[in-house]
Amino acid sequence: MTRIIEQDTQRIVDEVLEVYPEKTKKERKKHLLANDPECSSSTCGLKSNVKSRPGVMTSRGCAYAGSKGVVWGPIKDMIHISHGPVGCGQYSWWSRRNYYTGKTGINAFGAMHITSDFQENDIVFGGDKKLEQLCREIREIFPLAKGISIQCECPVGLIGDDIESVARKMTKELGIPVIPVRCEGFRGISQSLGHHIANDSIRDWVLGKVKGILEKETPYDVLILGDYNIGGEAWSSRKILEEMGLRVIAQIPGDCTLNELTNMPRPKLILVHCYRSTNYIARYMEENFGIPWMEYNFFGPTKIYESMRKIAKRFDEKIIEQTEKVIEKYKPLMDSVIEQYRPRLEGKRVMLYVGGLRPRHIVGAYEDLGMVVVATGYEFAHRDDYERTYPELPKNSLIYDDPPHYELENFADALKPDLVGSGIKEKYVYHKMGIPFRQMHSWDYSGPYHGFDGFPVFARDMDMAVNNPSWKLIRRKGR
Amino acid sequence: MRQIAIYGKGGIGKSTTTQNTVSALAEAGYRCMIVGCDPKADSTRLILHRKNQATVMDLAREKGAVEDLELEEVLLEGFKGVKCVESGGPEPGVGCAGRGVITAINFLEENGAYTSDLDFVFYDVLGDVVCGGFAMPIREGKAKEIYIVTSGEMMAIYAANNISRGILKYAQSGGVRLGGLICNSRKVDREYELVSEFAERLGTQLLHFIPRDNMVQKAELNRMTVVEYAPEHPQADEYRALAKKMAENKNLYIPTPLTMDELEDLLAKYGFLD
Repeated sequence: MTRIIEQDTQRIVDEVLEVYPEKTKKERKKHLLANDPECSSSTCGLKSNVKSRPGVMTSRGCAYAGSKGVVWGPIKDMIHISHGPVGCGQYSWWSRRNYYTGKTGINAFGAMHITSDFQENDIVFGGDKKLEQLCREIREIFPLAKGISIQCECPVGLIGDDIESVARKMTKELGIPVIPVRCEGFRGISQSLGHHIANDSIRDWVLGKVKGILEKETPYDVLILGDYNIGGEAWSSRKILEEMGLRVIAQIPGDCTLNELTNMPRPKLILVHCYRSTNYIARYMEENFGIPWMEYNFFGPTKIYESMRKIAKRFDEKIIEQTEKVIEKYKPLMDSVIEQYRPRLEGKRVMLYVGGLRPRHIVGAYEDLGMVVVATGYEFAHRDDYERTYPELPKNSLIYDDPPHYELENFADALKPDLVGSGIKEKYVYHKMGIPFRQMHSWDYSGPYHGFDGFPVFARDMDMAVNNPSWKLIRRKGR
Repeated sequence: MRQIAIYGKGGIGKSTTTQNTVSALAEAGYRCMIVGCDPKADSTRLILHRKNQATVMDLAREKGAVEDLELEEVLLEGFKGVKCVESGGPEPGVGCAGRGVITAINFLEENGAYTSDLDFVFYDVLGDVVCGGFAMPIREGKAKEIYIVTSGEMMAIYAANNISRGILKYAQSGGVRLGGLICNSRKVDREYELVSEFAERLGTQLLHFIPRDNMVQKAELNRMTVVEYAPEHPQADEYRALAKKMAENKNLYIPTPLTMDELEDLLAKYGFLD
């Protein structure tokens, strides 16, 4: 069945671009597309992963955000040093809602903000000595921390500090791995390079270097890669896999320990959740350890069933059989959720703008509730992400890459969505426009949205936003 | 107050020339201050008669922050009341020396080191203007007048030409001007002719030709300028002459740096490339 949205997407794009100077218009046009599910990069791909145009207001982050905030930050039993001036650490302090179990200061350190707090003197004389001192203090104050990562902020790269030699020296002296990550914010054009750098540092400083413990292997060992456990979603995914009869030997990086990281070469199959931020290490494991990887999607029952069956096929009859039983067990619950919420949400129009995988992954969950995704896009996606996106969306749906706030607001005006799903940088603008909004990076203080546990929460939250009676009380000037 | 920056190839004699010239100016009754902008911190030893003085950045490191410093701790007086301060900075290979210069000069400004009774402020800057920090002395509100110390040696000329390019940039964006070249002779063949012509091609003047004399070294070993150590010596008069020319100089130029080809042709003309 071909899904088509009746909207003149191209006209809307052209009208919104009209205010730009000629050069900007020409450039931005390449980042906007009326979807065709048959699209391929060779025929109608849109341009992505290039520098944002000066003068526009972009929502992108930096390489440090990609490494410290996303990939390394959730590794819970290590201490992640924000190496540089205090601000970057302060503003990336516990802001992603990546849940974990454990006791702060004992076996979990995610709630802490540890920084070398660079002063003018550290810039002039270099910060290596201070970094050494900081590592020693960490070892003394938190003797149970399993390791330390050094997350570089911009100035460290500018003054050329040799953090690698500090890391080697401290690893030896302190007896725990100290891992340097060269994720200075000025590198690259978005947080995406930070993900890549973080992946590489796991490859270079953890694999084969840090000794792990995994007593025995089983034929049913899998590893969850790229689930950040936002609002506890890795847990709800893990539950499904375990009910299917698989053993999850690590979930990386959400609620993850350093030991789990060392399990990377041990599973039979790597299950990739966020492809964008972890495909680098997945490919490395495939090429060097012969471990296959596959992507899965646990948003909404349709995609959950599909992914469960796809995963089960990689194993034996026993797993396939068990998987059907699990589906059978949860289907009534899923059906009842749809029965309850679909009539209230049917036909509602959704506009999304998120990060690594959600702009395409959550489409199925909305469609299960009868909602239509009229527009979607990514902050920092690459071509391969868009190739995965075209088939997931209806024809004529608008796809945007790194859209400035001006464009998003005007698309919202033209597309008249009933719900906008994006981040904290966008939220209040749309509230003021009188449009229901949900944060789809952090699940807006709620979640999980994944898995069988998550779908009822997702459906309730979307209903709560869209059908909230308070929206009717808001009158927008000139409307 | 005239603020003057001295640039030139590393090892060409910037610090020696600056201190000797300042001594001569001080002797003539001018009130002067020297700001050393080099992590090596050797711009004031001949005036202060000591190995090297406590620098702004060293003391800042010792005390925790530059805000904890008092001006008196880093601003010392030497020969004939010449005020001396060194920016200081990291040992080679670590940190950011350029930032050290910026921090130190900001400190001096904020703490009133630039008093209105000063006639001259000299910035003695590290040989290579490797980054923005070493251009700090010629940014807005500071030295508008630059002298380049050179010799007839090829690399010194080459460096002088490069520095002129930097000056050109700041001449266009700010009010920086080149006051002229100072030739610190290395007794190269036809040195005077070469540097004179080079100055002309750069669109500036050869302000003074300082002959080579061992008395300079002898005075240096005694941690003094020639003007102080051997005031009767003819070399002291050379520095007095330079100081007088500098004090009276009204000719300020926007340099016209040579291209690499032009520079090589010029050097070839004086017999360097044979």
